[in-house]
Amino acid sequence: MGAFEATVRSRDGVSILELHGEIDIEAEPALTAAYAEATAADPAAVVLNFSDVDYINSTGIALIVGLLARARKDRRTIGACGLSEHYREIFQITRLSDFMGIYPDEETAAGSVSATAR
Amino acid sequence: MSAPSSRFRRTLRPRGPARLAAGAQPTAERALPVEAPPVDIQPNDPLIAYFQSTTGAVDLGSLELDSPALGSLRAAGVQMVVPLVSQGDLIGLVNLGPRRSEQDYSADDRKLLNDLAGHAAPAVRVAQLVRQQEAEVRERERFEQELRVAQLIQQQFLPHELPELPGWHVAAYYKPARAVGGDFYDFIELPAGQVGIVVGDVTDKGVPAALVMATTHSVLRAEAPRLVSPAEVLKRANDLLVTEMPAHMFVTCLYAVLDPGTGRLRFANAGHNLPYLKGHGGVTELRATGMPLGLMPGMRYEEKEAELVDGDGLLLHSDGLAEAHGPTREMFGFPRLAKLVGDSEGGEALIDVLLGELAGFTGPDWEQEDDITLVTLQRTGAGAASAAASALAGAGHVPAEFEVPSAPGNERAVIDRVVEAVAGLGLPGPRLERLKTAVGEATMNAIEHGNHNRPELPVGVRVTVSGPTLSVRITDQGGDDPIPEPHTPDLEAKLAGLQTPRGWGLFLIRNMVDELRTGSDGDHQVVELVLHLEKGVE
Repeated sequence: MGAFEATVRSRDGVSILELHGEIDIEAEPALTAAYAEATAADPAAVVLNFSDVDYINSTGIALIVGLLARARKDRRTIGACGLSEHYREIFQITRLSDFMGIYPDEETAAGSVSATAR
Repeated sequence: MSAPSSRFRRTLRPRGPARLAAGAQPTAERALPVEAPPVDIQPNDPLIAYFQSTTGAVDLGSLELDSPALGSLRAAGVQMVVPLVSQGDLIGLVNLGPRRSEQDYSADDRKLLNDLAGHAAPAVRVAQLVRQQEAEVRERERFEQELRVAQLIQQQFLPHELPELPGWHVAAYYKPARAVGGDFYDFIELPAGQVGIVVGDVTDKGVPAALVMATTHSVLRAEAPRLVSPAEVLKRANDLLVTEMPAHMFVTCLYAVLDPGTGRLRFANAGHNLPYLKGHGGVTELRATGMPLGLMPGMRYEEKEAELVDGDGLLLHSDGLAEAHGPTREMFGFPRLAKLVGDSEGGEALIDVLLGELAGFTGPDWEQEDDITLVTLQRTGAGAASAAASALAGAGHVPAEFEVPSAPGNERAVIDRVVEAVAGLGLPGPRLERLKTAVGEATMNAIEHGNHNRPELPVGVRVTVSGPTLSVRITDQGGDDPIPEPHTPDLEAKLAGLQTPRGWGLFLIRNMVDELRTGSDGDHQVVELVLHLEKGVE
């Protein structure tokens, strides 16, 4: 809980962006930097792992929309995993889930996005 | 049958053969290129009286009459006129130029023309009648069509359901006259559980009235939650409508704000019929002065207050009932109405009594003259009692009321305190999560948009539980700037970079709670988040 952090890993040729803490407007610099790092090697897909995220507000939704917009421009597939039931509902209400696959865990996410990417 | 048409506009040709002109359109004819100018005959021209009194063909050359039309006919080259007369009415003229042989018309010619006129006149008359009838049918169809449109518009703006207020009983009756007057009524949800009640009447009928009614309806709906005060709402509506409405039209309107919890009723009146309040001491008229809406700018409205205790009832009504006429042109009248209100137990029973009395008064052949609108409101007290008995949290309980400074991030503190305050309600997990998100977003809006991140300006939070309703009111110092309507963000446009990725707050709030109410008391903007508890209790 608390300030936002992001770490980048690679798994099955997919970049995993592991998110920690709260996603709101304060998370912007760290998220932008981490996304740049995650896409430096030009992977076909990026998975956002929300397992350790306990709070997302509307400004956080805006950050994710911005990230998704950039990925679409770069023709990169985005997947998400580890969302709580509440935030899964919010991703549905906001229709983010129409533009990114929502998966129960990282393994499923990595397998699915690498199969559907480019 | 009607007199001959007021103007005779006929076409004729010099040197042409006789041409039956009445009602006929000029047609292209071979070898007759010259089209004579039409001749108008004024209805008071003595020539008309002359043609009506004479029989058979008239030689214009020998006619001496002080008639402008005679001059015009001669100037147009007409030598002979055969009046077409049907059942004593002059319905047309056959105008003839000189014969092509340059000889005078013979007696045989005249006889032929008179025979022709005798046969043609009834046929022309029939054609005229058919045409007239067709025009009438078209006119009637247009009228019916307009009626349907007016009805459709009006129905669009009448409430589809009545408000459910614990401890109150609300009933409404609305019956448009055939020609559709401009009656309307409405219930408007206001901040803090208050209800706005509107009854109005647009002068005029049909589509114009329906359109003005629609405008008034929208103006009231937009202004009522923002301003709340009935006098202020009518003042604002008047100023907006003055510029919108046709000069000859205006709207009478009674606007009342009820606090169902206390029974306090604030009202203002723009020239509408006075409501009747039936209390323990009898029937009183609720009087407040004010001009109808849309007549003059800058009008002020008196605001009065009444209190309804258990058993009290209120009738709001348009003049279609009190001003209905009986077979002897006597009016139903306000005294009779007031007496019936006093004798009745109120609610649907009162509406039934009023309609029954009206039917008896007007008799069976009555055609309703104007729209009839009746709205009744009764304080039963039953709901309040059951709310008090509610095991949930006690009626009107306030588990939390506090303020936080307007600094970014403080929404987290508000969320935590609201969670604490509602802990005893047993909200299921997902409902609590949604409430947390809504509270967070509403607080962020208050901090950022209402108070502009100025820490010295507080955001007020008040959590109340009243019967089966949980309400979280979040107040900022944003004055009376309207809070925008929540709309569904255009995600495609945001993803395409055509719109900012932000703008999700109000949309999220609306989707997280059962009701989102917004409003202003002039100094503060209020967002009220409402959960209906029975929905969440398993």
